[in-house]
Amino acid sequence: MNIEELIETEQQERERQAGLRNRILCCSVAGCTAAAGSAAIRGSIEAAIQEQGLPGEVEVCGTGCLGLCGHAPCVRSANLNETYHDVTAADAPYLVRGDRSRFEGRTVRDTDAFYAGQCRVVLENAGRVDPERVLDYIAAGGYKGLLKVISEMTPFEVVEEIKKSGLRGRGGAGYPTGLKWELVARQESPVKYVICNADEGDPGAFMDRSVLEGDPHRVLEGMAIAAFAVGATQGYIYVRGESPLAVERVRTAIRQAEREGLLGNRVLDHNFQFRIDVRIGAGAYVCGEETALIASIEGQRGTPRPRPPYPPEKGLWGAPTLINNVETFANIAPIIRKGSAWYASMGTAASRGTKVYALAGRIAKPGLVEVPMGTPLRTILFDIAGGVPAGYAFKAAQTGGPAAGCIPAQHLDVPMEYESLQAIGSMIGSGGLIVVDNSVCMVDLARFFMEFCMDESCGKCIPCRAGTVQMHDTLDRIIKGRGSEADLDLLAELAGLMRATSLCGLGMAAPNPVMSTLRHFKDEYLAHIHEHRCLAGSCTPREEVALV
Amino acid sequence: MDTVKTRLATVWMGGCSGCHMSFLDLDETLLELAAKVELCYSPIADAKEFPEVDVTLVEGCLANREHLAEIRHIRARTKILIAFGDCAITGNITAIRNSVPLGVVLSTAYGDPRFGQTQGVLPVLLDEAMPLHEAVKVDYYLPGCPPSAEKILDLVGSLLAGEPVNGSKRFG
Amino acid sequence: MRVRTLEIDGQMMTGAPGESIFNVAWNNGIHIPRMCHLGGLTDVGACRLCLVEVEGQSRLLPSCMTPVREGMVVRTNTPALQKHRKLIVELLLAERNHVCAVCVANGACELQDLATSLGVDHVRVRYRHPQCEVDLSHPRFGLDHNRCILCSRCVRVCDEVEGAHNWDIGHRGTNARVISDFGTAWGDSESCTSCGKCVQVCPTGALFSKGASVGEMRKDRSFLKYIVTAREKHQWIR
Repeated sequence: MNIEELIETEQQERERQAGLRNRILCCSVAGCTAAAGSAAIRGSIEAAIQEQGLPGEVEVCGTGCLGLCGHAPCVRSANLNETYHDVTAADAPYLVRGDRSRFEGRTVRDTDAFYAGQCRVVLENAGRVDPERVLDYIAAGGYKGLLKVISEMTPFEVVEEIKKSGLRGRGGAGYPTGLKWELVARQESPVKYVICNADEGDPGAFMDRSVLEGDPHRVLEGMAIAAFAVGATQGYIYVRGESPLAVERVRTAIRQAEREGLLGNRVLDHNFQFRIDVRIGAGAYVCGEETALIASIEGQRGTPRPRPPYPPEKGLWGAPTLINNVETFANIAPIIRKGSAWYASMGTAASRGTKVYALAGRIAKPGLVEVPMGTPLRTILFDIAGGVPAGYAFKAAQTGGPAAGCIPAQHLDVPMEYESLQAIGSMIGSGGLIVVDNSVCMVDLARFFMEFCMDESCGKCIPCRAGTVQMHDTLDRIIKGRGSEADLDLLAELAGLMRATSLCGLGMAAPNPVMSTLRHFKDEYLAHIHEHRCLAGSCTPREEVALV
Repeated sequence: MDTVKTRLATVWMGGCSGCHMSFLDLDETLLELAAKVELCYSPIADAKEFPEVDVTLVEGCLANREHLAEIRHIRARTKILIAFGDCAITGNITAIRNSVPLGVVLSTAYGDPRFGQTQGVLPVLLDEAMPLHEAVKVDYYLPGCPPSAEKILDLVGSLLAGEPVNGSKRFG
Repeated sequence: MRVRTLEIDGQMMTGAPGESIFNVAWNNGIHIPRMCHLGGLTDVGACRLCLVEVEGQSRLLPSCMTPVREGMVVRTNTPALQKHRKLIVELLLAERNHVCAVCVANGACELQDLATSLGVDHVRVRYRHPQCEVDLSHPRFGLDHNRCILCSRCVRVCDEVEGAHNWDIGHRGTNARVISDFGTAWGDSESCTSCGKCVQVCPTGALFSKGASVGEMRKDRSFLKYIVTAREKHQWIR
């Protein structure tokens, strides 16, 4: 496919879709297919279309995450601009017929707060594009960003554009993406690599998986643009094996893109070469750390190594390597298509653009939402996601999984951006957001995350390997009513050691949930210690055995 | 001479008494020591009650409930408490049993996983033998298995003379 | 070759380009503590004991893997570093069963010596007392996981100097173990050449020669310098 053909294809497919009476899009990411059987529903809809004699007029296809994962499966009626949740196979004829009354109480309109309150950039194609059809992606303006950089821009201009957009790495650390690209672009090396980090492993987080499953071409396009900008010819997507559907979708997308000449030796018939291969991780959390990820791709044991040198200097097989997260790459194409000024107009001064959050825990509408950076937590949880179900009270939100901290009720109005969250002892992290209600013991929550880190520590450096174990055991002691105030000092000292001396981010961040719960919920720790009592009533501390 | 003698106690808990043997290895120096201290309580002295003392050397770790009660009692009546030997400091040999569940230890040794724990014959063992500092504040650590006689004299001598105590020259 | 001039603990020193802070400091009599580093083997920066403060850097850097730079100002022994090192050693002592009194390396153990030099007189964290295996399947040597601190010197010497790569690290986190071949008994290893280099570089009593009793195992590392000199300078000199 060359440039003219791409534009022509886009036009044709758009016209074809416009000629349909309706398109019914069934969410086809893992939450809806595996857990709620949306594939079967799709089959029923197909049958209903045949039955009602509407083939060629009504079309059913899959699509990316519609966001209401707590009420799966979700189906969207494109022409009615409505999304229905908790759909069953029996609903199929009504969907095809366009009978809206059937879905009363199960309908979310695009104008309802859940969608209207969001600002979808990364997820813009959810509900519009079938992840298994490259034509759908092209019809939605896909690969136009790649076309633009190849035909109109120099690599330098691309890097500048990303820098101007203010985009920061969405994997958690928030490093300015443009600067990272610049570092790699500046390296003099005949071989460079682009890696997409899709080793998403935070408990409760599924943003990246949803993007890969729901809109894989967007990530490929972002990677290709990056490769053009930094001068790489080979890319890798490192996906964890626990997301087989993501692996399958990405592989399908790569095959399609190669067949259409959107990846390969002559991308869009231009003198630009870029290939992407999939590498599957075995699910070690630490392999999300860039140097461990590189080791894993190289076939080594997945353990981190000290930085510097950083991957832009010395990465995969010693070559300059650009590593970005899935969501970061997913932002690239729209930035190029619509311009950095458009992107920078969203969000706050230091945190531009949007962020996808995976909502889980005690919340009315668990699922996937995307909002501008700086949106207050209260808006996300209460206005968009419906708040905490009746009978429960909001206690805290855990952001960023085991690496971050909790946000208590008094900070509900905190703008969700990198610096503001840091100031209250938390961080955005990769975007997991777990809502905790008043029945959850915060000490127990801290122990849960510490257990996670303890299990996921690779064992290479001592502070992380032994520190997580000691912190976990100390928390365990406190929960069982055998702790003392000296244990709190010990926790603080271990935390200080791990933060200052651990080899990689896992060990450095592992104490965060403990220190943040200690900061905001110290009374719960003290109640366990002094009164052998759990304020949340969720754990039953045992009184110390009377000794003689 | 009517100078007030330092009141010294030595206690034998979960250990093999090797540290006390090493103490006796002070040989003739014991006579010099005897001029400066009054041995108020010790496995080698006849005293029933633990009195108020200035310095206590505790050999062995805390292996049973009696030890735990005793060490708290001792701590309350001692000005300076010294963890005497590796068992008192780290648990050492006595704590090797900790990697095996207590019931397994007892059934291996006595054929009964609850041996001595219910009959009231033997002190009830703690789930895990532990070093002194996990239960009470320890002022000085005298390492070695056993600490040599010279090391003992070094530390006790410094304390008697009111001199600063040298940091430990070894661990374990 | 232009030398690099830098300041370590207030003293001016020079080092070759690419030389580590650790080496330059040791060559000038400043002995930064270490466990995983051993001259002649590739560095991994795992033990975190040799971390130092470098002016202008917000994070502590492993001196074994940080090359000297012109004008660098390094501090190797600040109170904060001392505190960290002490706790790291305490964590190590508590992690497995380091019972010095019955250890073959008692009195000649790098972990024991380090504890003493850092002023560790007792361990403030709780002893873990895990059940670890002892592999005595090899006819000449033994491996006691109770004493292993996972410094990986054995892994590296076997791979880089002997060229056999019998050893590697298996499993994860605190359950990580040095493994022979693909986790088979050492005695069944097909790659082990029984050269004994791993035994000699092991800092503790984890790897030992059979027949050594308590406190009898002495390690000889002079062979490493011998081999490295031979490789680099093509001279077989002691």
